[in-house]
Amino acid sequence: MLAGIAPMFGAAEFVRPAIDWHAAAPELTLLGFGALITMIDIGWLERARRIAAPLTSLALLTTMVPIITLALDGNDRSMFNGGFVVDDYSLIMKATFVLAGYVVVLMSTNYIAEGDYWENEYYGLLLSSILGMILMASARDLISIFVALELLSIPAYMLATWRKRDLKSNEAGLKYYLMGVFASAVMLYGMSLLYGSAGSTLLVDINDAVSALASPSAVVVIGIIFVVVGFAFKVSAFPFHTWAPDAYEGSPTPVTAFISVASKAAGFVALMNLLFVGFLGRDDIFEPLMWALAAASMTAGNLMALRQTNIVRLLAYSGVAQAGYMLAPLAVAGTVPDKALTASVTYLVIYAAMNLGAFAVVIAVARKTRSAEISDYRGLFHYAPGLTVAMTIFLFSLAGIPPLGGWLAKFRVMEAVIEADTASGLVLGIFVAVNSVIALYYYARIGFSMWAEDAPDGDLTPVNVPLSLGVALALTAVITIAMGVVPGDVVGRFTEVSLLAGG
Amino acid sequence: METISDNNWLLTILVFAPLVGALIMVLIPQEDEQSHKQVALLTSLVTLGLAAFLLIDFNYGKAGVLQYFVDTEWIEVIDAGYTIGVDGMSLPLIALTALIMPLVFVYSWNHIPEPGNAKAFLILSLILETGMIGTFVAQDLVLFFVFFEVVLLPMFFMIAVWGGENRRYASLKFFLFTLFGSALMLLSFLALYFLTEADTFSMLVLTENAGEGITRGTQLLVFAGMFLGFGVKVPMFPFHTWLPDAHTEAPTQGSVILAAVLLKLGTYGFIRIAIPMLPEAAEAWAPWIGLLAVIGIIYGALGCLAQTDMKRLIAFSSVAHMGFVMLGIATLTDFGINAAIFGMVAHGLITGMLFFIAGSVKERYHTLEIKRLGGMLAQAPRLGWILGFVSMASLGLPGLAGFWGEFPAILAAYEPAAGVSEQTFRVYMVVAAIGTVLAAGYLLWLLQRTAMGEPSAEFADDPNITDVSTTEWIAWAPLLFGIVLFGVAPGLIFEVTDLAVAQSLDNCITTLTGCEVAEAAASSGSGGG
Repeated sequence: MLAGIAPMFGAAEFVRPAIDWHAAAPELTLLGFGALITMIDIGWLERARRIAAPLTSLALLTTMVPIITLALDGNDRSMFNGGFVVDDYSLIMKATFVLAGYVVVLMSTNYIAEGDYWENEYYGLLLSSILGMILMASARDLISIFVALELLSIPAYMLATWRKRDLKSNEAGLKYYLMGVFASAVMLYGMSLLYGSAGSTLLVDINDAVSALASPSAVVVIGIIFVVVGFAFKVSAFPFHTWAPDAYEGSPTPVTAFISVASKAAGFVALMNLLFVGFLGRDDIFEPLMWALAAASMTAGNLMALRQTNIVRLLAYSGVAQAGYMLAPLAVAGTVPDKALTASVTYLVIYAAMNLGAFAVVIAVARKTRSAEISDYRGLFHYAPGLTVAMTIFLFSLAGIPPLGGWLAKFRVMEAVIEADTASGLVLGIFVAVNSVIALYYYARIGFSMWAEDAPDGDLTPVNVPLSLGVALALTAVITIAMGVVPGDVVGRFTEVSLLAGG
Repeated sequence: METISDNNWLLTILVFAPLVGALIMVLIPQEDEQSHKQVALLTSLVTLGLAAFLLIDFNYGKAGVLQYFVDTEWIEVIDAGYTIGVDGMSLPLIALTALIMPLVFVYSWNHIPEPGNAKAFLILSLILETGMIGTFVAQDLVLFFVFFEVVLLPMFFMIAVWGGENRRYASLKFFLFTLFGSALMLLSFLALYFLTEADTFSMLVLTENAGEGITRGTQLLVFAGMFLGFGVKVPMFPFHTWLPDAHTEAPTQGSVILAAVLLKLGTYGFIRIAIPMLPEAAEAWAPWIGLLAVIGIIYGALGCLAQTDMKRLIAFSSVAHMGFVMLGIATLTDFGINAAIFGMVAHGLITGMLFFIAGSVKERYHTLEIKRLGGMLAQAPRLGWILGFVSMASLGLPGLAGFWGEFPAILAAYEPAAGVSEQTFRVYMVVAAIGTVLAAGYLLWLLQRTAMGEPSAEFADDPNITDVSTTEWIAWAPLLFGIVLFGVAPGLIFEVTDLAVAQSLDNCITTLTGCEVAEAAASSGSGGG
């Protein structure tokens, strides 16, 4: 019997694939620290609380080192037959995830400690979620994309329920979980169809297979649609956004910031990997799909945001609209691939800074008011002028008013859709323009409340902003302004990415 | 195209000096109001000094050429350059801006509007100044767009925080209207970038190119986008509805800046960007622009006659006056555009002054309702006389600045550029002339109801009603002097602008036969005003 098996092994003798340790260093660093934090928690229990946040910050900053050395090195690297790729695009996204994670840690430090929540687990889960994200940036294979997605999602489901005695937090986590799992299932089904027609899980092979046909088979069409829809849930594009407002409102606010920025960005990264490497030859299918998602998301998101009275829910709906702006370039990805990719990446990077900043202000203000109602922002200028100016910067950057970073993001989106030089691209550009105006209404309304109205009950006690939160605010504000005024050095060098290296 | 780059550090300092002042003020604690006022005034005086140096140093013999020209990279990835320069078209407007701001700060010395907070108010004003001067010097479409938008936020907050009772509605309306226009304008800029072969945002190159290689249909669309962006800002009928609200609710300083400079950003956009870059589309749109302009003239005048609030009346008179400016621009002739630039400066001086007066009246009477006012000449004779004088200037009395904005614009409509229908514009000319009669009507009526007669019983013995104060004299004297000076010697402006206007129309000769004839007509018609 043994003799019977041996030839089978012999026929496909396992060859250990060459591993480029430098390329994998960011993931390995983060993995090591994540394991370390878990170990320390097991060993030291409560005594580990004090070092949890500093250690997590250290983990993220250390992870930046290999990312920077890889960027300085500048060579595109590829492993596992092209299933794992390190190029400029993946590095800028990894850096964004890690820095966004760092800002989230800064925002969490006091929130989690003062709320008497479990700390070590919180940071351990946060790190494993970020690990999933940076893995996603390099994934060029259906299986690694799926694994990365689950690695980043499952910790996020748990983090959403972190205020476990709060019904709303439980509701948030459950909704997020159910919708997330449902989306995964739909996506996985789509992936199986694509694998069935291509015979490979590598995105490059899938592209060859799907573009070989003059007109796509039904299996390919359904496969692409299902995969895209799965990620549409993840990035909360209309009409797959319904989980977002409840999950955002119920989750602890730092987690909300994390979900709305990092998790959404990871969804976009996956989507871009799939579209630009896997489906690029089938732009006849995904372009109309992206067009419809983009136009619907920005319009519906903005219209629904108009009626919100809670700032977190408002940011949730504005996040739906922002997802629409980021999807817009993908609707012309087949015509101007480089421009479209660059536009979406630029938008993601700038969006991360300004949205995290807005949430940092929400956390700071809630320290005094214990509420996220917009009516509690009245008169903020009279007792917290610094926070008011910061919030003004973030909100009007989200609205796209120069010279704040958001204008450049919108500019690049419009640039891409106009350069495509198609009627549908132009119409999408008009959609973006008109939606900017609708969005301005609700952002400006908050601005008005903060600056021009009187504080409720005349309560003018100042807001106590802890140091770490202050650092988070300063960091995001500086990046938001720098991106708008002198982006030449910031955005220019890092987001001028070309098509992803496939194999 | 020729440019002059001597002393090219000057413009950068001029643009960003107010911002430096604002940054210094950020560091001064809020309680120290006096220091804030001093720093703001000093900063604006330094800016004025730089502008004065610019006026002296400027090479008037080459006013058609961009001077102090800087062209460096700014945002490489989108081909946006830090390209700035000044020619005869922008010089008067820069001087106007630099002049108005110190006056605003002098006025603010003891007129910080409710609810106070001089620090924030003055910082916002300084940011506004940077945005306004920046718009006039920008020679790159993206840079222009950014400066054009930079003024939005400070103005929004100025109305929202320091405005009147209905400030929420007015400030949001102002913000939304202008952003709507500029969002579509940005699309047009991008289209222009991709449609011209040069792939550049440089205004110089795009002006030289003058729409070459873009089909007529596309040109019309691109022009329409710009038309919305600039038209809302001017504001042209029917996009003007934000203006009366914004003016009525804005604090005095805000109204003055809005009327004196902000509205000019729109008209400046037409003559600097829309028309030279897309002459063929401009020719096609000209009758429609002219039509909206004359509707604005008549509608604004009729609106004035219906107003019961003095500030709102002045706001509607702005709609009418900007109608004259747009009529001059719509003729697409050298003569008409020169008149338009003169009209902008004159309107800035006169209407800015009127809003100052309105602010002072409000301060004394605590109301601007025309029927409650009266007898100002008896109670505060100097204030009354100044109102009378400025009203005369506003209705276009020859010898004062207002005349040279309106009369040549009407005259230019007699013979528009060759490709534009002569009959249509002659009809416009007649309508515009009727508009001047109406203007005389509403301004004299205003004067009669507020300044003449006996003081109403309500205010007859009110000790608050005093005559013009010292700070008011200091803030107003330069404007009053300017109104007389440019009325007597209009050549001071016409000679500066003429070369630049001729140059910008000259650029389109190769692509548009109409321009050629326009050029000929202009050189025989105006001869430099």
